[in-house]
Amino acid sequence: MSTSQTTTTEHHPALAHQFDSMEQQQEASTFGMWVFLLTEIMMFGGLFTAYLIYRIKYYDAFVAGSTSISVGWGFANTLVLIGSSFTMAMAVWAAQKGYRKSQVWFLLGTMVLGAAFLGVKAKEYYDKWDECHIPGIGSQVIGKPFNTWGGCSATNDKLGNIAKEIIERGEKNHEEIPPGAAKQTAERTEIFFSFYFAMTGLHAFHMVIGLGLLAWLLLRARSGEFGPSYYTPVELGGLYWHFVDIVWIFLFPLLYLISRHQHGV
Amino acid sequence: MSEQSHSHPTPGLYLIIVAALFVGTFATWGIAFLDLGIWNPVVALTIAVIKATLVILFFMHVHYSSKLTKITISAGFFWLMIMITMSLSDYLTRAFLPR
Repeated sequence: MSTSQTTTTEHHPALAHQFDSMEQQQEASTFGMWVFLLTEIMMFGGLFTAYLIYRIKYYDAFVAGSTSISVGWGFANTLVLIGSSFTMAMAVWAAQKGYRKSQVWFLLGTMVLGAAFLGVKAKEYYDKWDECHIPGIGSQVIGKPFNTWGGCSATNDKLGNIAKEIIERGEKNHEEIPPGAAKQTAERTEIFFSFYFAMTGLHAFHMVIGLGLLAWLLLRARSGEFGPSYYTPVELGGLYWHFVDIVWIFLFPLLYLISRHQHGV
Repeated sequence: MSEQSHSHPTPGLYLIIVAALFVGTFATWGIAFLDLGIWNPVVALTIAVIKATLVILFFMHVHYSSKLTKITISAGFFWLMIMITMSLSDYLTRAFLPR
């Protein structure tokens, strides 16, 4: 702070009048972005805390719910999102270096990977709908109410019967699980699926916003707006994108990998 | 020290970080199919924390950012830990009370 930055150089067009220098402006912007991201962390943190409490309370139901979602797709999506974080980091690097073409390509690559993630997510959501695992949906509206026992009009009738799976798993491990207890556990998986959809849904919503931000950055990058002295928007867009990646890094093991060794893929 | 705020990671470092993140993801996936008893979620979350730390420090440039930014982020995560540990220490110990 004591080293006063004398702005003898000509005024950069992106420098807002309340800042002394481009460095100061970027520092303030980065700090502000982090404060925003911390509020986001608290929002997701509330969901994670509630999830942990219910996971401990209804552990068997969470195992049943977790093993009904596809670990392969979740794993693939984790790799896709990490890859998109890498291309995003490279886009920031290219913006800082002022490489216009590679900025555009890296931003485009990030968008393609982000869209691929959302595509896989849509496929997973469709499977849950097909298996009658959408919590709380009334039969009148969409036709597939939450069903864990049977009578679901799933395309594959092996799917959707969580209660049956619990009993079969018990038989495999030579334990006696009465149908009543299995059905009660299966019904509690509705809580697991509520968390699954709330958490992955909020995450996917952030991805959609992120794609919008990337499209906006792409247009600005194409016009050659960013270079060594001004790349703050790309940097902040990157911070947002990496934050969304971090949320998924925790969602994947918490939602997809509860006691997988009992049940396999 | 003087060039700290200006230096950013190179593509080479980004490649190392992304490779480490892929390795962590494969490890999380593979270890999930081993029966480690109560250690399964502990191992999975430990790997997740390491991955998140790598992303924050290098992809998000916190390693190169100012002390003000660093301490603000640390405070935010500290508050998150307060929320999780206080809430869980309540719910996990309720069964200890006599009914």
